[in-house]
Amino acid sequence: MTDKYRKVAYYPGCALEGTGHAYNRSTKEVGKALGLELVELKNWNCCGAMEVKNIDPKLQTFLSARNLKIAEDMGFETVMAPCNGCYHNLKKAEHDLAHDPASQQVVDRLSAKAGQTAYQPGHVTTIHALDWIRDAIGTEGLRARVRNSLRGLKIANYYGCMYTRPRHIFPEKDKGPGSESTSKPHFMDDLLEAAGAENVEYPLKTACCGGAHTLSDSDTSTRLVLNLLTTAEACGADVIATECPTCHSGLEMHQARAEKVFGKKTQVKILYFTQLIGMALGLSARRVGVHENFSDSRELLRARGLG
Amino acid sequence: MATPPAIADTVAAAADDVLASNVAGFTAALLASGEAVLDSWLRAHGRTPTHRQVEGFRLLALHRQAAGGEPSFNACRESCRELVFQCNMAAAADDMAGRARRLRLAGMVLTHLGLFVGGKLEDAGLGEFCCSSRDLRRRGEAGGVTGAAMQGN
Repeated sequence: MTDKYRKVAYYPGCALEGTGHAYNRSTKEVGKALGLELVELKNWNCCGAMEVKNIDPKLQTFLSARNLKIAEDMGFETVMAPCNGCYHNLKKAEHDLAHDPASQQVVDRLSAKAGQTAYQPGHVTTIHALDWIRDAIGTEGLRARVRNSLRGLKIANYYGCMYTRPRHIFPEKDKGPGSESTSKPHFMDDLLEAAGAENVEYPLKTACCGGAHTLSDSDTSTRLVLNLLTTAEACGADVIATECPTCHSGLEMHQARAEKVFGKKTQVKILYFTQLIGMALGLSARRVGVHENFSDSRELLRARGLG
Repeated sequence: MATPPAIADTVAAAADDVLASNVAGFTAALLASGEAVLDSWLRAHGRTPTHRQVEGFRLLALHRQAAGGEPSFNACRESCRELVFQCNMAAAADDMAGRARRLRLAGMVLTHLGLFVGGKLEDAGLGEFCCSSRDLRRRGEAGGVTGAAMQGN
């Protein structure tokens, strides 16, 4: 293990305290099992998700800048966000503050009004949970710690569209071997392969799940998700591994809705990658919150000796 | 409701030997169908679809054109590139099963592209839905909410 990321600031975000609770739980449990320390940001605020951005993007920049400033004031150089939306917004705030003086002015003004010191770019690096485990432990380090291999489990890795988009806010990606790819991301594949799983080729890794359509046009979301699910099954997957609470909830909910509304039943199970890694590390399914998932994978996991 | 391109269903239902014996024909049809999807988006927005190519593919040029000024459209960038990739892999595969498999994967990607763009077209009157979309009120920024919020109201 390297010291890099051994102890980082943790920004769970709102979803991980609600629908994505199992992701929060499994992320923390995996951290403990790997000897990695997460220190939750004190008094963090919502990142504004997608709603605030659509009304006032610079206000959203302030929301994320405030969280980055909290991390800095707590003495951290790195903040880890497991949610793609939070991760995206923190990265975007960092980028906008570094490249758009108007964004910095708004953050300065709103911070002063709130009686806070404004965040200045370049002080805190935002990472995803995938970066955290991969860079702190490494794939070989993870492989060495596996106690209950995922051998025989066929997995389609689904990253969603916000983990890599837009490319300009992720300057560390697409830097060749060892870096993450924005067109064909592979960090989750790498980790789950190290945990013993068999990754199937999945051509819709970064395709839209229709997350933001969910309320305004549920049928479109259901059809997009149904295609993600049927494609995963056609590729031979038993499980779709996720790394975003919004994608995860969308896949679970629209899997049920596809059966109810369109009469299309799919069998593929949906699990957070942290749940899969946790079980590979020897943690029980309950400990990583499998029972909290809407998609009931317990029978499959028991059959594979992972329950 | 968006309808997935018919060629995707044809490819999904075809036997391996049928697909493998006409890779060039199926890849051309899949790519043409993808281009038609993007054509429909551009025409619906009063724009003339380009006939240029990017990296040898009109599909990629159309995506670049469609995404101009429309950041949320970039969510289908990888679908377009994956469609091209799978078609290339189908052409390069040296066995029947491999060619058929690649064509089927391309069909699934094409279906997603059709659903995504169709969904966006359907909702065009409701505003942008995408997580990375521009703020809805940018067009009215001069006297709109953005300006007011920046004054700290």
